[in-house]
This record gives sequence, C-alpha cells and structure tokens, in this order.
Amino acid sequence: MFDFGILTNWIHTQLTSVMSEGLAIFLECVIIGVLLLLLYVIIAIIMIYMERKVCAAFQCRLGPTRVGPWGSVQVICDVFKMLTKEIITIRHSDKFLYNLAPYIVILASVMAFACIPISRGLEILDFNVGVLFFMAASSIGIVGILLAGWSSNSKYSLIGAMRSGAQMISYELSVGLSILTIVVLTDTMQFSEIVMRQADGWFIFKGHIPAVIAFVIYLIAGNAEVNRGPFDLPEAESELTAGYHTEYSGMHFGLFYVAEFVNLFIISSIAATIFLGGWMPLHIPGLDGFNAVMDAIPGFIWFFAKAFFIVWLLMWIKWTFPRLRIDQILTLEWKYLVPIGLLNLLLMVIVVVFKLHF
Amino acid sequence: MDNTIDIKDRIAAMEPSAVWSDAGDGMFRVPVSSFRGLAEKLHNEGFDFLRSLTGIDWGEDGLGCVYHLENTATGENIVLGTADPDRENACLPSVHDLWKGANFNEREAYDFFGIKFIGHPDLRRFFLRDDWKGYPLRKDYDMSLNPLNMENEGNEDMAPSYEMTSDGSYILKRHPLFDDQEYVINIGPQHPATHGVLRFRVSLEGETIKKIDVHSGYIHRGIEKLCESCTYPQTLGFTDRLDYLGAMQNRHALCACIEKAMGLEVSERIQYIRTIMDELQRIDSHLLFIACLCQDMGALEVFFLGFRDREKVLDILEQTTGGRLIQTYNTIGGVQADIHPEFVKKTKEFIRYMRPKLKEYDDIFTGNIIARNRLIGTGVLSREDAISFGATGGTGRASGWACDVRKRHPYAMYGKVDFKEITFTEGDCFARYMVRIKEIEQSLNIIEQLIDNIPDGEYQMKVKPVIKLPAGSWYTAVEGSRGEFGVFLESRGDKSPYRLKFRSTGLPLVSCIDTIARDAKIADLIAIGGTLDYVVPDIDR
Repeated sequence: MFDFGILTNWIHTQLTSVMSEGLAIFLECVIIGVLLLLLYVIIAIIMIYMERKVCAAFQCRLGPTRVGPWGSVQVICDVFKMLTKEIITIRHSDKFLYNLAPYIVILASVMAFACIPISRGLEILDFNVGVLFFMAASSIGIVGILLAGWSSNSKYSLIGAMRSGAQMISYELSVGLSILTIVVLTDTMQFSEIVMRQADGWFIFKGHIPAVIAFVIYLIAGNAEVNRGPFDLPEAESELTAGYHTEYSGMHFGLFYVAEFVNLFIISSIAATIFLGGWMPLHIPGLDGFNAVMDAIPGFIWFFAKAFFIVWLLMWIKWTFPRLRIDQILTLEWKYLVPIGLLNLLLMVIVVVFKLHF
Repeated sequence: MDNTIDIKDRIAAMEPSAVWSDAGDGMFRVPVSSFRGLAEKLHNEGFDFLRSLTGIDWGEDGLGCVYHLENTATGENIVLGTADPDRENACLPSVHDLWKGANFNEREAYDFFGIKFIGHPDLRRFFLRDDWKGYPLRKDYDMSLNPLNMENEGNEDMAPSYEMTSDGSYILKRHPLFDDQEYVINIGPQHPATHGVLRFRVSLEGETIKKIDVHSGYIHRGIEKLCESCTYPQTLGFTDRLDYLGAMQNRHALCACIEKAMGLEVSERIQYIRTIMDELQRIDSHLLFIACLCQDMGALEVFFLGFRDREKVLDILEQTTGGRLIQTYNTIGGVQADIHPEFVKKTKEFIRYMRPKLKEYDDIFTGNIIARNRLIGTGVLSREDAISFGATGGTGRASGWACDVRKRHPYAMYGKVDFKEITFTEGDCFARYMVRIKEIEQSLNIIEQLIDNIPDGEYQMKVKPVIKLPAGSWYTAVEGSRGEFGVFLESRGDKSPYRLKFRSTGLPLVSCIDTIARDAKIADLIAIGGTLDYVVPDIDR
C-alpha cells in the first residue's frame, strides 16, 4: 500500500531546504487549501452528475445526454450559468445575515470535508480528537440554515428553517451515538487510527451485531442530518417550495446546493471510514494471497468506491421513499433511534469488555 | 327524473304553493317566501345530497336558483326552482346549513348574478375579483363595465354576510376572516402542490393548520357565459377544457344532455365506443392521480411509473381521436370519427399490460411504511360530510358513500356491464388512494367486457347542422374521473342555450378541505389535496 506520507514529507524537506520552516509551512497550507477547495468542487460536480444519472435510471429516464459525451459537461455548464446569474437582494431582509448564511453553510461543509482520510498519508486534519472536531464542524451548518430562513423575511423560509433546526439538532444525537459506538470499539478518536485498526477486518465485521445496528442508525440519521429525502422536510418542494433557500438566487443558492451534495458525500465517506474500513482494502485474516491482491488496488480507489457505494444507497432511498411528516421525523428520532442507539452503545461496551468481538 | 309522480303528491302536501312546471325534465317552482320551509322539510325527509345549485336569470321572473336534490337512501330525485322578482335587490334564503356544499355554490351564484343569500356566513365574490363591477351572467350585464384591470388585487379580509332582522329587512355585517396575530401563509396560486392556480390562505400555529380560506378563480374563463353566445355544437369544445383529465366524460355528459333534449337515441355502437373511451379516460386520470400524489409526497420514482403507463393509454386515445389531453371526440348524436382499425387490438394489449403493473404500484408505494403512516388516518371525511358537501367520486366512495353515477343512474352501457363499485369506510387519505387503485382494475374489467363485442352500426347519427332545442330544462350527469359531472341546460327554443351550467366535480372536493384539514399538519394538507384529486380548471370554469 503506497503511503502518501512519503511524498508529502519529501515536499516538506525540499521546501525547508530553500526557505525557513515557518514560510514552508505557510506555503504548504496555501497549497493544501487550494487543493482542498479544488477537490471539494470536483466532488460536488461528480455528485451532481451522479445524482442526475442515478435518479434518471430509477425513473426510467436517461438524464442529461446532450452536452458532452453522456451529458458529462452538463454540470460544468450549469455551474457557469449559476455564476452568471444575478444575486437578488430581498427587501426587508436582514442583509448582513442574509448574505452571510450561505458562507457559514459552505464553511462548515469544507471543514468537515477536510477531516476525511482519503488514502494512507492523505489526511488534512488528523489529530487525536478528530471525531469530535468533525462532529463540531459539521454542526455549524445548522446555524447557516437557521440564519438563511430567519433573515429571508419569508414565511416559507422561516418554516423550513425551523424544521431543519428541530430535525438536524435531533439527528446529531444519533449520528454521535453511532460514531461513539465505534469509538468504544477502537478506543481512539483519530480517523487515521480508526482506519489502521481495520487492517484485519472492517469494523462492520469485527464489531458484528452492535456495529451493524450502529451502521444502520448512522445511515438513517446521517441521511436526515444532510436533509436528504425521505427527510428533506426543510426544503420539501411540494410543501414549502424550496424551504430555507426559497429567496436565494445565483451563486448564493449555488452554495447551498453544492454544500448539500458534498455533505451527502461527507456523511457517506465517514460511514465508509468508520464502518467499511475507509481506504483499507478488504483483508481476510489467514488468506495472504487474497490480501496481497487486494493491497494492489490503491487506497483512494477503495475509499471512493466505498463512499460512492453508500452515496448510491442513499440516492436509491431518496428517490423511492415518500417524505416523512415533521412529527413523524421527531418521533422516529426521539422514540426509536436514540433509545436504540443508547442500548446499542451499552451492548458494544459489553462486547468490548468481554472481548466478544473478532 | 325517477319517481316524480309519487314525489309530486308529497310536495303538494308539504307546500301547496309549489307549482309543477313540465318543460324538459320538469321542476317545482316555489315562491321565495316558502322556499326555506320546503327545503328544511325535504332535508328532514332524507334529501341529503344537493347535486347541483344553479343560479339563473329568468328575466321577467327575476333572479333565482335551481336546486337538484337527491335522497341518497332511496335514490329519489327532485328539482326545485325559486326566484326573486326584485332584480335590483334579489334575496334568497341561504341553505348552507342544510347542505354544506351550498356554501361555495351560493358564493358562485352571488358572484355571477348578485343574488344575496340571507344568512350565508361569508358572501364574498368567489371567482371574480373583489373590485369587479356588475354581475356578468345576468342577461342585462354591460360588458364595457370592466375594462382590463392592471391593478393588483387586494385581499378582502372582512367577510360580508346578510342577516334578516325582525322587521323583514336585512342588514350587512362584516366579520374578520383571520385575527391580527394569526400566522397566515399563502399556499398557491403558484405552488407545486395545488396542481394548478388555486390559492389557500392557511392560518398556522407552528405546523398545525387552524383555518383554510380557499381563493379560486385564477383560471376562470367564464365558460358558462361563453356558452350562452355559442350554438350547441360550438359549446362542446369547452367541456374538454374543464376537467382536462376527464375530457371524454365531460363531453359525453353535454352530448347526452343535448341528445336527451332533442329526443335522439344514439346507436349501440356509439354507446359502446363512448363507454370504452370514458373508462380509458378514467384509467388515464387515475394513473395521473397516483403519479401526482406520490410526487407531492416526495416519492419521485413512482411519479414516472404513473406517467410511463399513462403514455400507453394516451397512445391508444391519440390513434382514434387525434388528441392526447384535449380529445374533442364526442359529438351531438355520435362521435367524431370511427375507432381506429387497431383500436381493439391495442386496447386488449393494454389490458394485458396494465394488470401486472398494478401490482408494481402496490409493491413500491401502497405497502411502503412511510406512505401508510402519512396516509392512514389523515384527512378523515365522514360519510355525512361527504354527502352534505356533495363530494362525489373516489372521495365520496372512500367515505363509504356509494355515489357512483354509473350505478345510481346508469347511462350508456353501464347498466349492462358487470363491475363492482369500490367503497371503503375509513374516509381517510389512504382509502381515497386505494379507491383509485381498485377502480383502475374495475375499469379494465368494463373495457374487457365490451371490447370484443362492439356492434356494427353508424358512429354518427343524422343530425341537422343547426340544432334548436325545445324550451325546457334538463340535467344529465355522468361519472367523471373524479366524481359526478353534471350538465344543467335551460333552453328557450333558440339555437344556443339560455343557461348552461356545469356541475363541477372539483368544487365540492375543495369546499370540504377546510373541514378535513383543520388541526392537521402542513404536510397533511398536501396529502389531503393530492388524494382529493381536484383539477383547478374544472373548479374555476
């Protein structure tokens, strides 16, 4: 398995040989920042294209076909269209908060995105409380959505924002509990460590029953966390036209749109990281030949394959299931997912204490 | 209509001042002073279904209304007419407390004729703007009164009502619709879930609905007024543009009504073709119902499944009629063109194709836990309310009211084919959804029984190019895609109708939305609206 750490260390030594340590680190931060944003945009474009094609397949359609081969340039054209559109200011809106809101949402999304370990040595933010940081960073997005709804001076937006406030804060709990279950199993909160511990089998296999329960809870709660169907109440288009971003136009709307898709990717890639081994290839202890073949596939391919598989799973659910009602969403969370999650945490503790895991 | 002899005696005993007039179907003419008493007596006798309420300008006799009543227990029908000769200040007693469906119908009559209904709680204009001058369906209406208005329409927040005082005069009172502190949100006129330009002003408390005020008329084209200046064959074109998912049935109703007035019997081949076409149209409409309901609820996959299957129906219809949405197929005394040579083969293929597809809808949507949670128990319409509002069609049958015109007053071939009338008792959204699913199956059965036996004969009877009907009034109803579609025709012996009223299938459905959506959530309003299955151009006419 290729370690990107060798490459990054080499770049660091080369830079320090020609300039001071501080300047080198500053330069590296700038480069990484640019690369991160670039990757963010590329992921967003891939996700939007995938969404269109996948939903078309579920709906007996073809999706975009005209622009570029298989319509592949369509999304890039749409991005340019979005960039050229006017950003409309709404009368009687709170201008400062109204303009700030999309940036808070995108900021939270980028910070959470930086936590994802893509391959060995390809981690941007990786420290001993990485899970905690991820949870904290991704939660900031709620503030942006609430601000957007509040400052738009629109009744639809306000209802959408209130819904998302109630929904996202509730489901944060279940996401946290299911990640905590895995933290109990691994006794580390560092994402790179969590991946390394899965070298002899992914946690969904190693942790067996409690891990599978946590995985399912995570998928449901994660889906609700990013406001995707069947939990897309904050922007339920048949009820609230577009929910909290009804009044936004141009690239301000585009930022919400992009953040939503990348958040879906982030949720999926975290699920892939903590349950399905992240970039760690499929290893079966004892089968050395098989493991060697699996190791030949680069880590980032493993990672993206797993992440996009879960994205596909969530898209499948979105396009098939009808939407829940607000009281049903909260009932599902507080009466079912949270108690099950707590019990599951207890079960995991028992499994770990008595060494019942593989 | 049925049993008139028996009823004549009973009415004479109840109200000696009622006069039987024999022209056309015939009706009882009742003086205004004794109308309210007679209406109450009839309501107590079991005439609980107000089929149609038609405002009418009788010239010298004044402005009045025609009430079509039905006793749902015995199936008896009765027609009452009453008029106030004082044209400037026409007042009729309101019957909204006897039949809830009269509420919107009386507002419509007020809107078009300026008849003041004493005791009506909310006599605002219904289709026209609040600042409209004059009453357009009066025969002495001056067209130049209302030039094109470029001003925005204000919101009338005070509901006027006329109340009788003890000395026999009446006073105008105004009541606020909403309190100052209420959180009122507009759903519509441009909203994805209202299926057209309908507007609900919804008062909310959090997510819970406190009151709904329906605003209609955004697509009002004055079709009934237009018809009065058209010859009979010219009026046919409008019917397709009422409920565009029931184009066949609507036109069938108008043709049947004119044929009844002419005394024309159409050949059996025409009856067969009309019946099959009506049922194909019903399948088309119900498939679109499923598709749109699922889309409203967020299940976007099923939306396309509905459209995929509907496409097959439209292909069959298109081959014969040339139209996909606007069919323009029925004519007075027949149909526009004979069926296409491949029609029988294609229709049979479609029946074979459609039956297994119904299972697919069941698998993907009916059994879905979220769909069931959303639909079961929400928006319950009781049987009494369904009858009182006149909410016919799938909505009424879901509430346990066997209201199918095909069974109540069989027309065309419906008396001779074997099919079940689907009824449920729950009256909730899920029952309304299930009725439609099951009805597709029944429609397929009907078509299957007829398709092989279409007899030879002419597809168009000999009809004079200029049609003049004798004086009189007629009412004909068919089972439209979403309820009883009725045509009330009053003729004065001319080549165009004196008054032509279409009993909208959607208006009663929308009138009950305030009752059943109260204390529900916003999301429930969308499910209720979707399952009530109204089509807005049919409400506005």
